[in-house]
Amino acid sequence: MKHDARDLVPAPSQTVGPFFHIGLAYEADSGKLAGDQAVGNRIRLVIRVLDAEGAGVPDALIELWQADANGNYNHPDDPRQHAADPAFRGHGRQPSDNDGITVFETVRPGRVAGVDGELQAPHINVHIFARGILRHISTRIYFTGDPANSEDAILRLIPLERRETLLARDDRDDQRTWCIDFRLSGAGETVFFDA
Amino acid sequence: MKTFDPIVPGSQPERNYPGYVSTALRNPREPLIVIPQTLSELTGPVYGHGAIGETDNDLTRQCAGEPQGERIVVSGRVLDEGGRPISNTLVEVWQANAAGRYRHANDNHPAPLDPNFIGGGRMMTDHEGNYSFVSIKPGAYPWRNHYNAWRPAHIHFSLYGTAFLSRLVTQMYFPGDPLFPYDPILQSIRDERARRRLISTFDLENTKPDWALAFRFDIVLRGRDATPFENKP
Repeated sequence: MKHDARDLVPAPSQTVGPFFHIGLAYEADSGKLAGDQAVGNRIRLVIRVLDAEGAGVPDALIELWQADANGNYNHPDDPRQHAADPAFRGHGRQPSDNDGITVFETVRPGRVAGVDGELQAPHINVHIFARGILRHISTRIYFTGDPANSEDAILRLIPLERRETLLARDDRDDQRTWCIDFRLSGAGETVFFDA
Repeated sequence: MKTFDPIVPGSQPERNYPGYVSTALRNPREPLIVIPQTLSELTGPVYGHGAIGETDNDLTRQCAGEPQGERIVVSGRVLDEGGRPISNTLVEVWQANAAGRYRHANDNHPAPLDPNFIGGGRMMTDHEGNYSFVSIKPGAYPWRNHYNAWRPAHIHFSLYGTAFLSRLVTQMYFPGDPLFPYDPILQSIRDERARRRLISTFDLENTKPDWALAFRFDIVLRGRDATPFENKP
């Protein structure tokens, strides 16, 4: 029997496993979404991944995708791709360390179009992979205090008491650094999306 | 803009699958919140990484000598749900050596490392969505999920496709492996037809006489242009 993708149903996902570093974590600069010439407010994003018992997940892979400082995605399906910042990569992926922490260097994203043409609040799209995760889980990072958060159509789908799980907080001593915890399961569980 | 079809029910593994013990503490218990597909979901990294090296698609030529094991050629096509080839997309692979050992600090399986095998590769699909790489057949290996647990031989695959939503990390298996019924990672996909999508087929056509066996593994990613008349289960 020849395997020929005849039914055109997407292939099932499988866990990334504990040894993904061999294939996916070999680049030194993979945590840097913005080149040195990129436009915008530079930020340092500190992400911590926690399991249901609150322990740091030491073998997670975090992937980010975001618009540039003006809200443009460098992708052919963004009608504003022509205006996208060529010095901004927009994509990063990094393994977590022994404490479940990973750090990215980027710029604060601009607002991008949402449904019905209304603008979304600035956000960063996230996939999380790890041993024990059979299908990667997806979420977003928003920024505490951003005035656009109150009108964001995606945030409004989330019960009020859980919205803060998606809000990064700026470090009091260093306003360039933003921190967020992803709780994969259990008390204070982060909101995850199905699109 | 055009959106992607919803996931076909039953075509993906269960997130909280009790047979795979590590799922218990690492997966959401709350229902996922269904969101509309916006530019954020329907765009994605076009390349996702830097340049491809000359031996990146030949895992038998990355060290001074040749690795031990059964030489194989793995090839296939990457397609979207409309059957259209996904060209120029990154395919990354990683695997254990022929003895079932990964070159990784956390792999404690007492099987030999192979000084001539690293186990990582990467390539871009061509204009018709084809990819191909040379490697050695990975060995099965034990893990601690349950008593006498063994993973069937597999190669890990990572693909980006055209959008953040088309991202796929999966594993390719080899036909006829007797470990399939005992592997909770594969069995977490409840539907037998869906499981079959991860099992490569022996490929006599691409088998190279006097040199290497070939296996075929086509991969469908989420993607627009799904044709509504397609006979999906």
